[in-house]
Amino acid sequence: MLKVFEKIGEEFLYYLEMFGRMGVFLFNSLVNVVKPPYKISPIVEQINFIGSRSIFVIFFTGAFTGMVLGLQGYYTLRKFGSEGLLGSAVALSLIRELGPVLAAIMVIGRAGSAMCAEVGIMRNTEQIDALECMAIDPYKYLMVPKFVAGVISVPLLTCIFDVVGILGGYLVGVALLGVSEGAYFQSMYDSVVWQDVKMGLVKSVVFGLMIIWISTAKGYYLHLERSGGFGAFGVSKATTNAVVMASVAVLVWDYLLSAIML
Amino acid sequence: MKGARFMDEVENPRPGPDSERVAIQLIDVEKYFGKQKVLDRVNLSVLEGKTTLIVGGSGQGKSVILKHMLGLLKADRGQVLVFGRDLAKIRHKELKKIRMNFGVLFQNGALLDSLNVYDNVALPLRERTDFSEEKIRSNVEEKLGMMDLEGTEEKFPAQLSGGMQKRVALARALVLNPKIVFFDEPTTGLDVGKSSEIYRLFHKTQAQLKYTAVIVSHDVPKIFKLADYVALIEGGAIQGFMTPEEFQLSDDPAIRGFVETAMGPIYSSEKEEPQLHEKV
Repeated sequence: MLKVFEKIGEEFLYYLEMFGRMGVFLFNSLVNVVKPPYKISPIVEQINFIGSRSIFVIFFTGAFTGMVLGLQGYYTLRKFGSEGLLGSAVALSLIRELGPVLAAIMVIGRAGSAMCAEVGIMRNTEQIDALECMAIDPYKYLMVPKFVAGVISVPLLTCIFDVVGILGGYLVGVALLGVSEGAYFQSMYDSVVWQDVKMGLVKSVVFGLMIIWISTAKGYYLHLERSGGFGAFGVSKATTNAVVMASVAVLVWDYLLSAIML
Repeated sequence: MKGARFMDEVENPRPGPDSERVAIQLIDVEKYFGKQKVLDRVNLSVLEGKTTLIVGGSGQGKSVILKHMLGLLKADRGQVLVFGRDLAKIRHKELKKIRMNFGVLFQNGALLDSLNVYDNVALPLRERTDFSEEKIRSNVEEKLGMMDLEGTEEKFPAQLSGGMQKRVALARALVLNPKIVFFDEPTTGLDVGKSSEIYRLFHKTQAQLKYTAVIVSHDVPKIFKLADYVALIEGGAIQGFMTPEEFQLSDDPAIRGFVETAMGPIYSSEKEEPQLHEKV
């Protein structure tokens, strides 16, 4: 019986310590974002990695999400004779929910996993220790460019996702299924308000921050993983954990932000 | 003001009453990893301008001592003093200032694999000084020249041999002319020729730059020739701290055991008495 309580206590302390570490990591990273000196070129490099190189995948997922929304929405709305509202349904779904969430999931898969593995390998091969011993702050040198780039790139990728998705819905709804072009855009114009766009933008900024936070922190603290964080297995495990944790966090925060902002 | 005076002393040390000033001191240091005691009341002094060698078998705590000196690990008990300052009691900013006097050669080099050789060596200069790019170039080229690495500037670490990676790492460690240089198993994974090359470069650079050296190694007896003092660590505790000559002649059972295990076969095969403390 005592062993059961011991195990529960051990688990509780482990997770408490882990969340504490994650909190310290976020605090240190954000403090270093505002602390001079400011270097632009590493941020531009990271925007290229997180943002530019994700455009292709965002373009395709956005297009097909919009197309499937157009298809499903058309047959659902036709039952009520409201095909004209297809533009409104596609745009609101994308701008409020699907754009920020799916763009974030794509960034987690493409850039978040890579960042976790990169930082984890740097930890394993003592590159982070080397930075510290050279009196170079790893937060300033490694994390700040990633955080700034994530907060800039994810909202921009979300905007691309939304626009491409709306055009995908147009392609299916208007070009293939015969919804009036005027009705498609007019219903969108009538129903989408600034509040919807703001909600999407706020979500994408929060998601950008969380993706970078979870991905880099899991790599940074690889050596403190309970199940042994060393070697290739340790890196692969941390990367998997980072992807799962970041995806779940995005979905949980999507609900919380929707509940707060609606 | 106190901090400013301290940093002034670190940067411009005054000569002491005798020439042997203590750069690093470990006092009764204990460290636990979980329930396992990895350092047991370790007492050790590193003297300025001297080479201190820490030897011992694998897993005895050599690298853990080094990490305490670097401020990468904190002692559970005891004190780690660097230039007289207790690393556990100073703020991160002050630790960073102390580390500006450090150069470290890690076991596997720890070169940043996303940067080429030139950028790796230039990194401390770019991040810690306001030197112009021209001055950085001349500094980097000078250090790469010292290591016989001309023409490798554009190569990435993965394109270099183990020995070359170590030499690039040594160039990076020395690029800011540090006061103390730490070597963590500097010849691990290198063949005899490349190990000798590292020792030659160490001897050459120490003569030129006059730095204090702390070497963690199991490459005995070769490394003995470079050391001024040798510390043997076993089971997390220091078993002896003395000159290489005293170490060789010690009657202490732990030291004798280590000497016979690590050095005996080599000496008996060479059929000659070791000429210790000869600079290579």
